[in-house]
Amino acid sequence: MTYEDGKLKVVGTRPIRPDGVDKVTGRANFGADHSMPGMLWGRILRSPHAHARITGIDVSKAEALPGVKAVVTGADMAESSGSADAGESAINLRDLSRNVLAHDKVLYDGHAIAAIAATSDKIAREALKLIDVGYEVLPHVMDVDEAMKPDAPLLHDDMFTEGIEPTPETSSNIAKKMVIGFGDVDDGFAKADVIIERTLKTAPVHQGYIEPHACVATISEDGQAVVWCSSQGQFVIRDLCSQLLGMEAADVRVIPAEIGGGFGGKTTVYLEPVALMLSQKSSRPVKMTMTRGEVFRATGPTSASSMDVKIGATRDGRITAASAEFRFQAGAFPGSPVGAACMASFAPYDLENVSITGYDVVTNGPKVAAYRAPGAPQGAYAVETVVDELAEALNMDPVDFRALNGAREGTKAPYGATFKVVGNLECLEATKDHPHYKSNLGPDQGRGVASGFWFNIGGQSAATVAINPDGTVSVVEGNPDIGGSRASMAMMAAEVFGVAVEKVRPMIADTASIAHNDVTGGSRVTFATGMAVVQASEDAVEQLKKRAAKMWDVEVEDVVWQDGAAHTATKDAPLTLADIAAQAGRTGGPITGNASINARGAGPAFTTHICDVEVDRETGAVEILRYTAIQDAGKAIHPSFVEGQMQGGVAQGVGWALNEEYIYSTDGNMENPGFLDYRMPVASDLPMIDTVVIEVPNPSHPFGVRGVGEAPIVPPLAAVANAVYDAVGVRMTELPISPPRLLAAIDAYKAAAE
Amino acid sequence: MARVLLSGDLGRRFADGEAEIEVKGDSVRHVIAALEDLYPGIAEVLSDGRMAVAIDGTIHQDGLYEPVPADAEVIFMPAIGGG
Repeated sequence: MTYEDGKLKVVGTRPIRPDGVDKVTGRANFGADHSMPGMLWGRILRSPHAHARITGIDVSKAEALPGVKAVVTGADMAESSGSADAGESAINLRDLSRNVLAHDKVLYDGHAIAAIAATSDKIAREALKLIDVGYEVLPHVMDVDEAMKPDAPLLHDDMFTEGIEPTPETSSNIAKKMVIGFGDVDDGFAKADVIIERTLKTAPVHQGYIEPHACVATISEDGQAVVWCSSQGQFVIRDLCSQLLGMEAADVRVIPAEIGGGFGGKTTVYLEPVALMLSQKSSRPVKMTMTRGEVFRATGPTSASSMDVKIGATRDGRITAASAEFRFQAGAFPGSPVGAACMASFAPYDLENVSITGYDVVTNGPKVAAYRAPGAPQGAYAVETVVDELAEALNMDPVDFRALNGAREGTKAPYGATFKVVGNLECLEATKDHPHYKSNLGPDQGRGVASGFWFNIGGQSAATVAINPDGTVSVVEGNPDIGGSRASMAMMAAEVFGVAVEKVRPMIADTASIAHNDVTGGSRVTFATGMAVVQASEDAVEQLKKRAAKMWDVEVEDVVWQDGAAHTATKDAPLTLADIAAQAGRTGGPITGNASINARGAGPAFTTHICDVEVDRETGAVEILRYTAIQDAGKAIHPSFVEGQMQGGVAQGVGWALNEEYIYSTDGNMENPGFLDYRMPVASDLPMIDTVVIEVPNPSHPFGVRGVGEAPIVPPLAAVANAVYDAVGVRMTELPISPPRLLAAIDAYKAAAE
Repeated sequence: MARVLLSGDLGRRFADGEAEIEVKGDSVRHVIAALEDLYPGIAEVLSDGRMAVAIDGTIHQDGLYEPVPADAEVIFMPAIGGG
């Protein structure tokens, strides 16, 4: 059923989060917090080379070191093939296996080669030095454009570009080509009075979660395995481990720890299968925790990109055609988010003619992982920069230009589907009306705006609610809480039951305690798992009504549920949830509600951001003076968490725009694998980020929810770059806009003007 | 009848550019079967786990068995991964 906004008592309020006390007092258990009796410490030997053939691995000296209990290499892993359904998209098991432990080649600096389990971490580290690896060092390639050249060093001899007819006979680093779009762009550009065409680039950036990857794994003699780990989905960890190691899913139980940040980067496995292999070999539990350097060198990041964007418009501001070519770095194995970049980047616009080509390209870097709206921030940086320049060329306000061409209900998105109810124009209108947009700027200060889009997805979710004997409610769900979802699940359940949210306790179950839930990603959990919780709660309410009917000796059709109690016309006093729960044993046993769904109808999110900067012309440093994020959330279940998601996305996007990048030596070694040299924004780098939550309800959700977690990282890259242009007149076509790069651009601009 | 737009890669590969066609089918798999009759080989591509389908604007990541209402717009597109 659908719940009317004006009658909501819990949804839309701001209660204290149920996991808050544990987290601020340090009681919460994160990935590295778990320990077991007899536990061993695991460590991984990683490649010092960006690209090399492994000519031999001798582990005999390491095995002989006292305290070493197990050593594994890629040779200990069964050859995997096929793909695994990771809940959002298929994962190539052969590639995953070779990423977890290299088989015959190392493909990037930090690629795992062998692992050791020992009685202490110190012994494990010492033993790593005793492993003798023979390498035949091969030429490497890091830059995506270089990797696409015919004479580039090849990472995979057996890779032939997909998406080209006929399939090429020559192997290539281009894993896939894709084309989307409709209409006739040549005709559209011919009708344009102004055409802007630019090439832009972005660097690889890491998700930057504070908590490193960590796990404890144990396998008993009967083959039953348990893994404690921090991830964005205990089920995906279970399924990938079991498939990589040839185990049955029921034999692997994954217990989710609290997660100290994931942002997409914890949707796959790195340590977990290795820890299981070590445990199997040693018959002891094995704990593994990455160092920060390992996190940077061997996990994440998201793609570097090289992008050409061309947009044409008439003098009255109508876009006539848009085209783009996106070249995305996938890292060592195929699978960049270039497809989403192609589909999302022009989505804020109502286009008649659009053509987008994407290339997924392997390079000698770590295999990229999902990162918050994967692919969309890079694409939006390119498109929104060109849109800004086009608006300026047409002498139009950039928000007016976006609104004139803005996607709305009935717009055909670049991927072909027609938008239903969306809030793009509402976001633009709120942007134009916001005091920030009307405020004045000083010298060397500039303002930029940019729009963004993310699809949001639904997917499989299961939830159980149990009515406790005292009338409190337990909500059991299967998605790690990465953004406050415990609170929103409890609130939606409380709203359905008509009780205070404090009476509802949410819990995240392990893989043996609830049915499958897709990974926490795609901004799906509040929508999809929330829908499951609502349906499970409604199921329980039906049980409660039946029990009340039995207690009153009336027909269930004569019972209604309102304000946390059953009511019937012939009785003056209602039966509260606690009254019914207390009699559950006598009326039929425990009262539960269940729902297992594949949630349909996720509502897309649109957003527009305003950014003010001040540029120090002497140093090239950029200060963010003021930032406002406006986003359609559909319905904010807990507005504080929605605002927090928006602020977090902005902070990450600002880092991407201004400072973050993987810096490699000429040998292909990462030179900044630590937070001192890989500069992410901290609180003192940012002003308070203002938020405006627009609520255009998604008609497919009982409370109108759209996803919110990913869209806010989409516009900041372009919003910052456009603001820098407004401040100093320099179009920054390569990220990050670090001080040396901006200073050089300002100097070049001045030299050209003189 | 479902209205199916074949554009981009699908259009280039199977429809000589771009095509908006009407086919019979009250579920996605029936629509795919009808398309296979017109464009041999397309069923294998559309049934790939990496393809999603949008029915009247609603995206289904794995919509093989989804019902297709009469006159619905059916668009096949790459599946979406999120972070």
